[in-house]
Amino acid sequence: MTTLAGTFDVTAVRADFPILSESVNGEPLVYLDSAATSQKPRVVLDAERTFLEHENAAVHRGAHTLAAEATESFEDARAAVAAFVGADPESIVWTSGATAALNLIAYAIGNASIAYGPLALQPGDVIVVTEAEHHANLIPWQQLAARTGATLRHIPVHDDGTLDLAAAADLIGERTKIVAFAHVSNVLGIVNPVADLVALARRVGALSVLDACQSAPHLPLDLPALGVDLAAFSGHKMLGPYGIGVLYGRREVLDALPPVLTGGSMVTTVTLDRAEFLPAPQKFEAGTQPVSQAIGLAAAVRYLEGLGMPAVHERERVLEKRLRDGVRSIPGIRLLGDTDADDRVALCAFDVDGVHAHDVGQVLDARGIAVRVGHHCAQPLHRRFDMTATVRASASVFTTEAEIDTFLDALSGVRAFFGVGR
Amino acid sequence: MSGLESLYQDLILDHSKHPHGTGLAPEEGVTATAHERNPVCGDEITVRVRLDGDRIRDVTWEGSGCSISQASASMLVSLIEEEGGMPRAAASTLIDAFREAMRSRGQIPLDEETFGDAAALSGASKFSARVKCAMLAWVTLENALAQV
Repeated sequence: MTTLAGTFDVTAVRADFPILSESVNGEPLVYLDSAATSQKPRVVLDAERTFLEHENAAVHRGAHTLAAEATESFEDARAAVAAFVGADPESIVWTSGATAALNLIAYAIGNASIAYGPLALQPGDVIVVTEAEHHANLIPWQQLAARTGATLRHIPVHDDGTLDLAAAADLIGERTKIVAFAHVSNVLGIVNPVADLVALARRVGALSVLDACQSAPHLPLDLPALGVDLAAFSGHKMLGPYGIGVLYGRREVLDALPPVLTGGSMVTTVTLDRAEFLPAPQKFEAGTQPVSQAIGLAAAVRYLEGLGMPAVHERERVLEKRLRDGVRSIPGIRLLGDTDADDRVALCAFDVDGVHAHDVGQVLDARGIAVRVGHHCAQPLHRRFDMTATVRASASVFTTEAEIDTFLDALSGVRAFFGVGR
Repeated sequence: MSGLESLYQDLILDHSKHPHGTGLAPEEGVTATAHERNPVCGDEITVRVRLDGDRIRDVTWEGSGCSISQASASMLVSLIEEEGGMPRAAASTLIDAFREAMRSRGQIPLDEETFGDAAALSGASKFSARVKCAMLAWVTLENALAQV
């Protein structure tokens, strides 16, 4: 794995991903489904195995040598992931993934609301999300609103996929307590104006919550600089293992949030009647943690840092442009998020006129091309565009121009295969 | 035949483009209606069955989805129409046999004698991600029949 300034050696990168030598239906695998889950480089697989073979022990308990080494590796992993997003280790809470992290926030605020603590919601308070959210950044807020009597409102999406910021400015008012939004939509690929939304939230003293799942793998991320109060991302979408994700929070916010899961490892003094909690992040990490997965995620962010996130971002912009221009040039295809804005990650979702997304995916699959079909866990956004299912192609650091071209070639034959548009 | 052609036989594409039995018949006599969705892709279907005693008089449907799900619904209607209706017990037996074949990963072919045009769906059983598409109309008819 080497990258020279100004170049990106994709051949060397590909050699790091064992799965890329697989064939599918007799064709070389063309994996364009990284937005759903990314492939993992060998260093990630090796990191987990090495830990389990040489260092495995229970962390944050026990005084034997292995336990101490395991704890050090576990906390080193936290520091590595923290550095990757520009944060202090104390502001990084391990979760099983972004869904768990977002639910943790919603349930913690729910607990605060029951106890009338800081960050409590009251009936009539407002939670603002966007119309483009993944279900994981929508349903927890619906449920929190239902439990507390708060109202859920949404920032609409323009026809070109960008957010209606004028509407956002009207919606985010005095009673708004939470503004939750994706950094990058998993369907549109457009980078949202985080600074503008954070400013709107701050103006009224609302918490800002960022779903960074689709940005963390693709662009340089500095969460403190973005100014969000809380953020979530998943390991498996950023070359890391399954079952590990991150809740990031500003220290004051994490300190104010009550815990959700309680039990071992998150307490100081426990009596039969009550318990005192450790400070964050341990306060949110009850029970046995996914230790080898955390170490695997650290290997993934070190790998990405080795490539250089600015270089990754630049590389993927080239791929994105090729992908978007190519898809747009095929007759009968409607792109979601059809804007010339260049601040995007390399994914696009589209509808093929006259052919259902499942059928498009099947024809691509016969050529060894893996794409996602369906609503991509964003039903409201699809309804907004009067669609039920679309096809999504998403690239990663290992994607080549030739793969994009293979995909475009296969895609351009789909309507003819089904006898549509002749 | 390549995998793709075994899945998308001409018969399937014809049925999906010119489906039989679309547009729900008016409720008359003993009528049952069921609605099902495939949450993975958002496909949905409403199936209405009208009965004369223990005999299915007709089946009609409306919905949206991929070519496999649309063709499968159309083929199911054709199969029942071919017989000029069908005893409900026979329909239940057919649905069970269809399910067994679909879940067989291509091991149990559908015979044309019994399944008519729907036998062309045999290929779908090799594509585990498409079995639900092929099953949607049949399961919905089963649910409708269970109501009456």
